[in-house]
Amino acid sequence: MKKLNRRGFLRGTLNGLTLGVALPVLDCFLTDSGKAFADTGARIPTRFGTWIWGCGHIPELWIPSSQGHNYEMPPHLASLQPYRHKLAVLSGFDVKLDGVPNKPHVTGCLGLRTGVPVPNTTVKAPTLDVLIADVIGAQTRFRSIELSTSGAKKSYSYRGPDSPNPSEISPMDLYQRLFVDGFQNPNNRSFKPDPEFMVQKSVLSGVQEERRRLLKLVGTGDRARLDEYFTSIREIEQKLAFQLEPPAPVEGFSLPGAPEAWSNDPTMENVMAKHKVMAELLARALQSQQTHVFNVLLSDTASNLRRPGTTSTYHTLTHEEPEDLVLGYQREVAWFAEQSMFAWRDFVAALDSIPEGNGTLLDNCIVLAHSDCSVAKSHAVDGIPMMIAGTGGGRIKTGFHLAGNADPITRVGLTLQQVMGVQTSTWGTMSMQTNRAVTDLLV
Amino acid sequence: MKANLILSNVLLGKFAVLTLLVGLVAGCNELSKDTAEPDPVGGPALVRVLTESQYRATIRDIFGEDVPVNGRFNKPIRSHGLNAVGSSEAGFSPAALEQYVISALGIAEHLVDEGRFNELTPCDLPAGEVVNERCLREFVSEVGYRLFRRPVSDEQLARFVSQAQFAQATLASPYAGLRYALVSMLTAPEFLLRVERVEPRSHRDDLAELDAYSKAERLSFFLANTSPDQALLEAAAKGALDIPEKLSQHVERLLDAPTLDAAVRAFFSDMLGFGAFDELVKDLDLYPAYNTTVALDAQEQTLRDIVRHLIKQNGDYRDLFTLRTTELTRPLGVVYRLPVASRNGWELTKFQEPNRLGIQSHLSFLALHSHPGRSSPTLRGASIREIFLCQEVPDPPADVDFSAVQSAPTDTIKTGRDRLQMHNNEPSCSGCHKIMDPPGLVLENFDGIGQFRQTESGAVIDASGDLDGVTYQDHQGFAQALRNHREAPRCVVEKMYRYAIGRDTVWKERYYMDYLIKSFEEQGYRITELMRSIALSENFFSIANPAVAEFAGQEEESL
Repeated sequence: MKKLNRRGFLRGTLNGLTLGVALPVLDCFLTDSGKAFADTGARIPTRFGTWIWGCGHIPELWIPSSQGHNYEMPPHLASLQPYRHKLAVLSGFDVKLDGVPNKPHVTGCLGLRTGVPVPNTTVKAPTLDVLIADVIGAQTRFRSIELSTSGAKKSYSYRGPDSPNPSEISPMDLYQRLFVDGFQNPNNRSFKPDPEFMVQKSVLSGVQEERRRLLKLVGTGDRARLDEYFTSIREIEQKLAFQLEPPAPVEGFSLPGAPEAWSNDPTMENVMAKHKVMAELLARALQSQQTHVFNVLLSDTASNLRRPGTTSTYHTLTHEEPEDLVLGYQREVAWFAEQSMFAWRDFVAALDSIPEGNGTLLDNCIVLAHSDCSVAKSHAVDGIPMMIAGTGGGRIKTGFHLAGNADPITRVGLTLQQVMGVQTSTWGTMSMQTNRAVTDLLV
Repeated sequence: MKANLILSNVLLGKFAVLTLLVGLVAGCNELSKDTAEPDPVGGPALVRVLTESQYRATIRDIFGEDVPVNGRFNKPIRSHGLNAVGSSEAGFSPAALEQYVISALGIAEHLVDEGRFNELTPCDLPAGEVVNERCLREFVSEVGYRLFRRPVSDEQLARFVSQAQFAQATLASPYAGLRYALVSMLTAPEFLLRVERVEPRSHRDDLAELDAYSKAERLSFFLANTSPDQALLEAAAKGALDIPEKLSQHVERLLDAPTLDAAVRAFFSDMLGFGAFDELVKDLDLYPAYNTTVALDAQEQTLRDIVRHLIKQNGDYRDLFTLRTTELTRPLGVVYRLPVASRNGWELTKFQEPNRLGIQSHLSFLALHSHPGRSSPTLRGASIREIFLCQEVPDPPADVDFSAVQSAPTDTIKTGRDRLQMHNNEPSCSGCHKIMDPPGLVLENFDGIGQFRQTESGAVIDASGDLDGVTYQDHQGFAQALRNHREAPRCVVEKMYRYAIGRDTVWKERYYMDYLIKSFEEQGYRITELMRSIALSENFFSIANPAVAEFAGQEEESL
């Protein structure tokens, strides 16, 4: 009776671990390099995330005039000056359409995330965050955490077509998921595994016995969907397994307070404030290793952001606002574009404010920030603006501006996958296929 | 088909009789060509995710009205204009499953708190005591039968019972065994997914059909929007659903049941895309009358009108586009500018404004297909075409320069029509805008949340236009044109069928569609007649043969 043995083992674990005392991790326990915990030798994990803002940029206000380390900070990036050494600014990388119809605000975004441009949301490959989570996601309670701050129930993290990893849109729900249901405070001195979790885990693992039988019942197309169900079951089991282990103590971690209720109103002011709250919760989750992978959507790609009392949204403005003849660009659109960069600054600041090892949490992250198009007015997908924040504990280099010279944007995604441990030498299809990493990023 | 049945019997019989009967059968076909159902075509068997309303209805039916569902549901996938079709394409992310686990735990806990397990088990349960194996088996068999919509297999029974025993042995809490037996079942794929089973048809090589329990399931979710009840499951067990008379009895029973309202509501809220209300926001400075209550009441208003007109009054579907009678609450009365005497609750009333008629002039349509701060003739026009006429409007070209379409009213550009006029000078735009704009511009007398207006930025709104050749001066004329549009009944028939079977129709099913549309027409466009025709048709349970072939091939394949 294999089943009973496994359960017997679990029960034994329970009896053996009714009380565990954990020691706090202090910086003095770290190795000299500060990249690993000295007592266990375990490296500080590298986290990976993406941060999306909608409707692109105003090139003359965003793209630095020169390349390399000594570029002058352009107006829309001015607020990021304090973090410039932790950022790589990437301009001029293209999504190549190869004749695929450009679905405005979707094709560019999913093209750069999957390496395959699609005329709709039916992706033909997983998004790069999912590929990376497949390598590093199993080390944490959540494989990845998705959030959307403008009230839009959207996500650009896909394992397969019609299967987005849904975003949390409410800070309260995000908090509940991260820090209430099944959360173990890493700094609690005593640990007592909750036997309910053990039973739940056993219940869910039993479902796998149905897998073979059910897969036989369905056609090829549905097999992948059914299999996704069983994979998801495994992930919940894994989550429960983490909840049954004493968590590794985290120095400096304090449980954030529960957030208030927030409105879904996509006014810029509301979104900026809510984004900050959600970014701080996410940062605490990354610090306490609830997850190593995340995707943040500031505003939907066809941005729903707006200003109170006006008839247009950011997205409709990009198409309707006439260019200011003196400035040479759309004045209102520029305001939203700059606000989006303020939000990015807030996000970077939230990660950088948490000390970890010899540096900060940001230093142990690699965050790819990108938009869905370059110039929203014409839905152009050449030169989609991107930035990378954090070196992932020294896995990549930052502090410079690089112009992509119309290279396929997949070079960036390929590089990030490779440094995050995805075993692949090429990525993308047709003109987007590449085997050339971005050497400037490589250490 | 009966003709085929006769033919196959004949083949077994004498040759002399054969020739005679062949002539007869051919004659029958000639005679019944227009009125009989065309040969079934069938599509693939599907795996459909239970929708939120189906999940909630099932829990309510089995465990009671007050049982909470705490988990959050994923945003549904929409395909071919319906979440019902998306439900057979949607994936199953870990985040979604996490929420189903939360719901399952909450339901089970509630049943313990309320001492409800006693009612759900045939045996006497002293609180806190360990439940014996016989009792666990009975509980799993009975509740599992309802949840899985088919009998629990021996392997499943053994698994759920052993999990319950493990829970009892590990946990000291009362009813731990029953609680976790239930959690296992509520998170099982057999509950959350409708995995359709297929069996070959005895008298047809080219077609298969759903097995009895899958038939019961399709019927019940279509006609009652909930899991099959005991009677339907028993009928499936006895093979009664394969007998036309018995099947018909069950269809009639469901069409007479109070659950029919829920089924019709579920279909129309899917067709009308009410799920999008979840993310709808309006500018509070511009539209102070809009709030959450108004948003919820607006959907309820439309669904009440639909149910009252189509079910209670057995009205003509097309009259939904010209209906003036409606039900309002006081918050809705503020937006419609109609007095509502009762403080709480619904009041039957009539639109007074001559141009307010039909469900397309409801807030639930006008507000949903508008921007946060203004109306949108383009969104509304495209939605009239897609929702009510099943006409697809392509995406705008990616490289178009929109900047000619000014947002701020200037000296010359005051109304939505003025703004859209720009498109018509641009050939790449005008192709689609000439299709979308007229049915949207006629609704410009209603602002971004649906309040009536005569003017925009001081200019009188010109609502005239033409809908596929029928000209009109105002929304009254348009409502008539929409009501009489030949695609309107065709569209609801197609959507109803797609909704019922959970997939888009295939090319060969167009004869069957024609047949359904013709019957719908002959029956005076009565929605319950349409539902009956679909439920009783052979097409409804048919599955295309390749599915059977694929099945057989899989048996040996290693998984």
